[in-house]
Amino acid sequence: MISAIMVITSMGLGLGYALALSSRYLKVEKNPITEDIEALLPGSQCGQCGFPGCGAAAEALSRGEAPVTLCPPGGKVLVMALAQKLSVELDLSSIEEQAPMLAVIKAETCIGCTRCLKVCPTDAIIGAPKQLHTVIKSACSACGKCIGVCPTECLHLQPVAQDLKTWRWSKPGQITAQI
Amino acid sequence: MKLARTRGGVHPEYHKKPTSALPVESLPLPQMLYLPLQQHVGTTAVPVVKVGEYVRKGQMIASAEGHLSAHIHAPTSGKIKFIADFTAPHPSGLPTLTIQLEPDGLDIADDELPDRDPFALSSREISSIVSEAGIVGMGGAAFPSAVKLDQGSKGQIHTLIINGSECEPYLTCDDRLMQEHADGIVDGARIMMHALNAPCARIAIEGNKPEAIATMKAAASSWDNIAVVPMPVCYPMGSAKQMIQFITGKEVPAGGRSAELGVLVHNVATTFAVHQALRTGRPLISRLVTVGGGAIRSPRNFHVLLGTLVSDLIESSGGLKESPARLLSGGPMMGQIMPHAHVPIVKNTSGIIALIGSELQKDDTRPCIRCGRCVSVCPAGLLPLQMAARIRVDDVDGAAKIGLTDCISCGSCSYVCPSNIPLVHYFTFAKGELSSRREQQRQNDHIRGLTESRSKRLAEQKRAKAEELAKKKARSNNSKETVN
Repeated sequence: MISAIMVITSMGLGLGYALALSSRYLKVEKNPITEDIEALLPGSQCGQCGFPGCGAAAEALSRGEAPVTLCPPGGKVLVMALAQKLSVELDLSSIEEQAPMLAVIKAETCIGCTRCLKVCPTDAIIGAPKQLHTVIKSACSACGKCIGVCPTECLHLQPVAQDLKTWRWSKPGQITAQI
Repeated sequence: MKLARTRGGVHPEYHKKPTSALPVESLPLPQMLYLPLQQHVGTTAVPVVKVGEYVRKGQMIASAEGHLSAHIHAPTSGKIKFIADFTAPHPSGLPTLTIQLEPDGLDIADDELPDRDPFALSSREISSIVSEAGIVGMGGAAFPSAVKLDQGSKGQIHTLIINGSECEPYLTCDDRLMQEHADGIVDGARIMMHALNAPCARIAIEGNKPEAIATMKAAASSWDNIAVVPMPVCYPMGSAKQMIQFITGKEVPAGGRSAELGVLVHNVATTFAVHQALRTGRPLISRLVTVGGGAIRSPRNFHVLLGTLVSDLIESSGGLKESPARLLSGGPMMGQIMPHAHVPIVKNTSGIIALIGSELQKDDTRPCIRCGRCVSVCPAGLLPLQMAARIRVDDVDGAAKIGLTDCISCGSCSYVCPSNIPLVHYFTFAKGELSSRREQQRQNDHIRGLTESRSKRLAEQKRAKAEELAKKKARSNNSKETVN
């Protein structure tokens, strides 16, 4: 009887200790490439890719379950960086160049509720209670988080107007921008 | 003096004869002047006048913003009519903020500065006067001249090169300026030599301008350290890098600056503007412009107030023979296509060239036959056909690896291509692509920095709140204990 108790106890202790040790030393590390990818992503957790945040998107990318073109705010530069990181063959001409967007506040309908500035991941909206809010153009990543929270639907994304500094010659053979 | 050979180059038809012998004419005062706030490389200038305000000739109407920018002055006296968007003299045809000045015809100027001795001034004082006068590179680059002088005075400049080569076909405005204002140019060169502390200056002029060479030689004869260098007639000899290589025998390294070699290049028109600013206090409010090309009835050089419309200029020159197939600002090799003639003359408009169909290159692009002519004419020693082949399949990085960024966009390769491949257009497109990628990368980094600082701030706030709460709890526990 006593020997049986001793055996069971020692087995329990021994196995428990072995489990504790193995959980410490044989732990499966987080895929290191996931962290690298997460560092490339904007980090604004906007969810436009369909994943809950940049971390989840990075994991999906590292498992090869998401396309490298998933992040609209990152643009072509991010696509190229991701493709290089993941050694994905990429046909750049197939990527549809999206015009850069910008959040815009309609002054007539803004009631100064401050909801949008609380959710903005880049602090691109400035305002105070019952004051007209406004978007700092250079800080806006067009993540669209502010649009959902606005009670008066006064926020929308709008393509950035081209000016002399951002205008570029198109590729020969393609139709040039109409004047 | 040892003169080195440069590589490449082409010999286009120059078409300079009709205008180089005719004296410069002035224009009648236009009805309205249009002065874009962006006439230079760098940050857009900021208006300092209000709509309806009366301005005198030479009064500053827009002020430079930041280090790399330039002032803009009223070319004549009159009233500010509008400050509004107006088509820019740019191939995009996009609007840009423009001050519209309605001349009153009186041409009332500010009191001119008392005569001063530029050679008693320090480098800094000279460059600040140049900056006050709003002078930018008038050969085409429109780089603020004061910034260039400042950069030059930091390093050891041993040779100042005054660029009078004017290698673009049709253009003769620098040629006429040298023939009519040789003394002013030499004086401007001496002032800049003083500012840069440069021991010698070379005035480089292509051999197809014998009159200009003769007048400049006569004007420079009293100064031992200023020499006129006749250059071989070959396009693009007027490019700063080619000129430096020819005169000093040294090649500007890839990605490097000419100042590293102890050389600085300024255009003759810029040099003359420096002379005027220092001697008479006159800011940059006018320039010489060549009106030429097959569609122009009587090609000629004009002394034009900045802000004059191209259409006014063409009309005053005698009008068009036929409607032009292409309207260019600058020469036919490197000039910018203008969307229409209702755009203003700006600080770097050296010519208005209206070409007819027979003067244009055919646009029936055929496959590359790998003849290698573009390789032999490339003054930068690049392989245009290989770069274009990479860019055609969107491998812009591949093109950059074989020297795209060293391309000076001179257009020699497109000029000689027997298959009419628009090579330089490919390179312009690819350079634009590279710079917009750089811009986007910068923006992405900026956004990431912002999100990181925000999450840091939120975490900090959360921690502070928790601490506050814990403190409160501890305090209330203490008070309870004392009560008990």
